[in-house]
Amino acid sequence: MQLTLWTYEGPPHIGAMRIATAMTGLHYVLHAPQGDTYADLLFTMIERRDARPPVTYTTFRAQDLGRDTAELFKTSVSAAYARFQPQAMIVGASCTAELIQDDPGGLAKALNLPIPVIPLELPAYQKKENWGASETFYRLVRALAGAPGAGAGREPGRRPLCNILGPTALGFRHRDDLIEIRRLLDSLGIDVNVVAPLGASPADLGRLKDADFNVVLYPETARSAAEYLKKSFGQPFTHVVPIGVGGTRRFVEEVAGLAGLDPAPVLDGPGSRLPWYSRSVDSTYLTGKRVFVFGDATHAIGLARIAARELGFQVVGLGTYSREFAREVRAEAAELGLEALITDDYLDVEAAIRAAAPELVLGTQMERHVAKRLGIPCAVISAPIHVQDFPARYAPQMGFEGANVLFDTLVHPLMMGLEEHLLGMFREDPEFHDGVGPSHLGGTPVAASAPQAAPATAPAPEAAPAPIHLDHPVAVAVAPWAPEAEKELKKIPFFVRGKARTNTERFARERQLPLITLETLYDAKAHYGR
Amino acid sequence: MNAPVPPPTACGGIDLHQEHGQRAVFCGLTGIVWLHRKIQDAFFLVVGSRTCAHLIQSAAGVMIFAEPRFATAIIDERDLAGIADANEELDRVVTRLIERRPDIKLLFLVGSCPSEVIKLDLSRAAQRLSGRLNPVRVLNYSGSGIETTFTQGEDACLAALVPDLPRAIDTAAPSLLVVGALADVVEDQFLRIFAAMGIADVRFLPARRAGAMPAVGRGTRYLLAQPFLADTARALEERGARRLAAPFPLGAEGTTGWLRAAAEAFGVSDEAFEAATAPGRARAETALAPLREELGGKRVFFFPDSQLEVPLARFLARELGAALVEVGTPYLHRGHLAAEIEWLPAGTRVTEGQSLDDQMDRCRAARPDLTVCGLGLANPLEAEGLSTKWSIELLFTPVQGYEQAGDLAELFARPLRRRALLEV
Ligand code: SF4
Ligand code: SF4
Repeated sequence: MQLTLWTYEGPPHIGAMRIATAMTGLHYVLHAPQGDTYADLLFTMIERRDARPPVTYTTFRAQDLGRDTAELFKTSVSAAYARFQPQAMIVGASCTAELIQDDPGGLAKALNLPIPVIPLELPAYQKKENWGASETFYRLVRALAGAPGAGAGREPGRRPLCNILGPTALGFRHRDDLIEIRRLLDSLGIDVNVVAPLGASPADLGRLKDADFNVVLYPETARSAAEYLKKSFGQPFTHVVPIGVGGTRRFVEEVAGLAGLDPAPVLDGPGSRLPWYSRSVDSTYLTGKRVFVFGDATHAIGLARIAARELGFQVVGLGTYSREFAREVRAEAAELGLEALITDDYLDVEAAIRAAAPELVLGTQMERHVAKRLGIPCAVISAPIHVQDFPARYAPQMGFEGANVLFDTLVHPLMMGLEEHLLGMFREDPEFHDGVGPSHLGGTPVAASAPQAAPATAPAPEAAPAPIHLDHPVAVAVAPWAPEAEKELKKIPFFVRGKARTNTERFARERQLPLITLETLYDAKAHYGR
Repeated sequence: MNAPVPPPTACGGIDLHQEHGQRAVFCGLTGIVWLHRKIQDAFFLVVGSRTCAHLIQSAAGVMIFAEPRFATAIIDERDLAGIADANEELDRVVTRLIERRPDIKLLFLVGSCPSEVIKLDLSRAAQRLSGRLNPVRVLNYSGSGIETTFTQGEDACLAALVPDLPRAIDTAAPSLLVVGALADVVEDQFLRIFAAMGIADVRFLPARRAGAMPAVGRGTRYLLAQPFLADTARALEERGARRLAAPFPLGAEGTTGWLRAAAEAFGVSDEAFEAATAPGRARAETALAPLREELGGKRVFFFPDSQLEVPLARFLARELGAALVEVGTPYLHRGHLAAEIEWLPAGTRVTEGQSLDDQMDRCRAARPDLTVCGLGLANPLEAEGLSTKWSIELLFTPVQGYEQAGDLAELFARPLRRRALLEV
C-alpha cells in the first residue's frame, strides 16, 4: 500500500477515456462500479467540453455482484452500440472490475457486433493514466491502421505529408500546440494527413499509412503508436519536441530533413520574441535565478532547457513522475549537473523542493501546493492541471509562439527588477517589505517572516506536517546562530535567504564551527559565491 | 441497462417510477470533501485504488491548497496477492500517518469498491488500530460506489460514529439531537431559535470536534437535518433515541415544519413557538418575494444526485411557484420523506434510480426551463441550450433555515438570470 495525498496521474482507464474523448466515432464501454462516472467531469468541467464523453459505464452495484455482472456488461455494450452507432468501440475494465474478472474483451466479442471492438488490458494496480492513454492509442492504431506493408511512396509534385500524433483530450495546452505546429508545418511546405487521436475517427486511423512520416508531439501518449507505424509502414517519426526556441529550431530541422525540404526559410523567418526579450537588459536580473522543474517528462525536459539555455536561470532540481521516460530525464539532468528526481510521491517532491530552496518552481498543480506552503513563486508547466490551465486565449507551449507564452509565464511570478533592488537596499519600508511578494501580483499569502526560513527550522504555516519519509537521516545538529548573524541574515533578500542559510550552515558544519557569527555568514558567502 | 420500466407504484399522491440502468452519480467517498472540514480533528484515510484517490482529488482537492485531512492508501499488486500482508501494510501506513499528524484525534478508515471486493476487513483493522493508537479513535465505514451514492457517504460516516457516542443517562430530561452535517453558521442560528423556544439542551451530530460528540440514550429525541441519513437513524434508534418526524428545514415552510416537530415534542407553547419563529419567517418571506417572480411558473427537472431532490422540489413548487417536470432521486426513503411526499404537488413524477441516456432523452424532450444535475451533465446540457443548476453546490452552501431560504432560491434563480444577462 502506498500512502497518497495527491496523485500525479489517474488510473489507466482515465488515459483510455482521454483517447476516446479526443476522437470522434469511437465509443468506450467501461466496466466500472457506480461512482466512477466522476471521470466525466474532468472533461465537462476542467476541459469545459460541451458534450458528454463517449463513454458508457456499467455502474454495477453491490447487489449486482451476486448476480451476473458479465450479463450487465454485455447489455451495456449492445445498448451503447444501438444508441451511438460508433464506427468502432473499445471495451475494458476499471480497477474494481479488474478484480471481478469478467473479461470484457471476450464478452464483447461474443456479441458479434458489425464494427471493430478493441479490448483493452489496462492493469490498474500497476500502471497509470499516461500509460493507459499510450496503450489505448497503440491498440487502436494496431487494430485500425490496416495490414502492414510498404507506404505508398510520394507521387511527384505532391507536398510532403505527415501525421501529427499525440494530442488528446485533457492534454495540457494540446489544443493550441496543435494549431501552432500545423502552422509551422504549413510554412515549411508540409501537409498534414491525419491528426490523432484529437479529432480523428476510426476511419481516419485507417489513413495513417498514407503519410510520409509522423510528427510525435507527446511521446507519453504517442511514441508506442509511432514505433508501430514505423515497423509496419516504414514511417520515420520525429524525436525532438518543439518546446522552446532551441527545441523548435531543432524540430524544424528534423522535420525538414524527414520531408526532404530546406528548413532555412522558416529558421530565418521572424521566429520567436523570446530571444530578444531574454537578451534585453531588463532580463539581466534573471541570470542565475534558482529554479526547480517537475512535471511529465516531455515538459520537464523542455522547460529545463528553456530555463537554463534561453532564460539564463540555474536549474537546481529536475524531476518527473513519468517513470516510462526516466532515462531521458536522467540524461537531461546529468547535463545540468543534477540527479533527476523520479517519483510519483508528492511528499518526495515536497522534500526535494525544500532542500533545493529554489526561487521559482515550475511544476504541476501539485507543486503549486508546495510552493504556496513554502512561499515560493510558481508557474504551472505540465499536467496535472486544473480549470485555469485550459484557458480561453491562445496559449500554446510549443513552437515560436509557445516560446513567447513561456517567457511571459516564467517571468510573471517573479518580483520585478527594480522592486527586487529596492527591497535589497531598504528593508524597513512598512508596505514594501520582503514578505509581501511581487506587487504586480496583488496580495500574496506569504507571511512577513516565517515561511522563508530554512527547511530545518521552517515553522510550518497551518501546521504543515513534516515530510513523512523518515528514511532520510535527520539533519546533523546545526551550529546555533549568533543574534547579530541572524539579524544580518534577515537583510538578505528573501528569495535567496533560504539558500544563504543552508549554505552558511553547511559551511559551519563542514568546519565544525560551534557558533555562526556575522563572519561565518560572510565567509560562507565568499566561499560559495551567489 | 435499458430494462423495461416497471409500472408506476403508488406512493402518496405522486407518480413514482423506478428506473434501472447507467447511473451518473458520485460514490460515497465524495462526502469526505465536506466531512473533513466539518470535524476539525478527524482524518479520512480511504483504502482503495488510484481511482479513489483521483476521485476525491478531482472532486475537491484541486481547490484546496491547505493540506487536507484526507488521503488514500492505494492498494497495489502485492496487497492483492495476500490479504494478511495487506493488513500489515495498512497498519504501517496508518502508523506513519498518525506520526505525521499528531493533531488527529479520530481516524476513519474509509472502504472503497476495491477494498470491499477483495473483502479487506476494515472494521477489524479499525478495532486493532484503535487499541494500538489509543487515544486516537479509529472507526470505519464504506464510501464505495457499489454500496453508496454521494451523500450516503455522510450517512455511513455518521452511522459509524453512533455506537461510539457516549451514553446519556436514562433518567435525564429529554434532549434534542440534530443529525446531519450543517454549516457552522446554520447550526448557530438553529441553536438560537431553539433557545428562544426554551429548548436548551441541543446537540449536533457530527460535532465540530471528535472529543465533543453528543451523548445519546433513551431520552434523546432527534431531528434529521438531511434526508439521506437512513443508516444513521437506524443506529440511533438502536441506542434508544427516537426520531421526530418532520419535513426538512429547506425553505421557510420546511424550516417551520421542522422546528414545530421539536416544539411539539418538547411541549413548547404556541405563543413561545410563534415568538421564536416569527421574525425568521418574516425575513424569509421578504427574501423570497422577489425570487418568486423569477422562478414562478418555471419548469424544473431534477436528475438524481443527493436525495435532497424531493425536499428541494417541494420548496421550489410551494414557496416559489415552480412547476416540476420530473424529480429524480438516487433513493427514496419513504419513511423519512413522508412529510415531503405529502407536500409535493399531486401527480409529480418522481423517479427513483436512473437510466442515464433515457432520462436525458426525457429531459431533452421536455426542454425544462431549469435542469438540476451533476457536473458531468451540466455543461453538455447548457451546450444544448438548457439552463442548468449544478447540484453539488447545494451540499457546499449553507441552505437550511430561515436565513438561508433566500440564498437557496437564489441558487436556482442565478443560472436563469445569467442566461438573460449575457448578450453573446
Ligand atoms: S473550479 Fe474546478 S473543482 Fe470547482 S467546479 Fe470548477 S472544475 Fe470543478
Ligand atoms: S469507491 Fe468505487 S466508485 Fe468510488 S472512486 Fe473508488 S472505485 Fe470508484
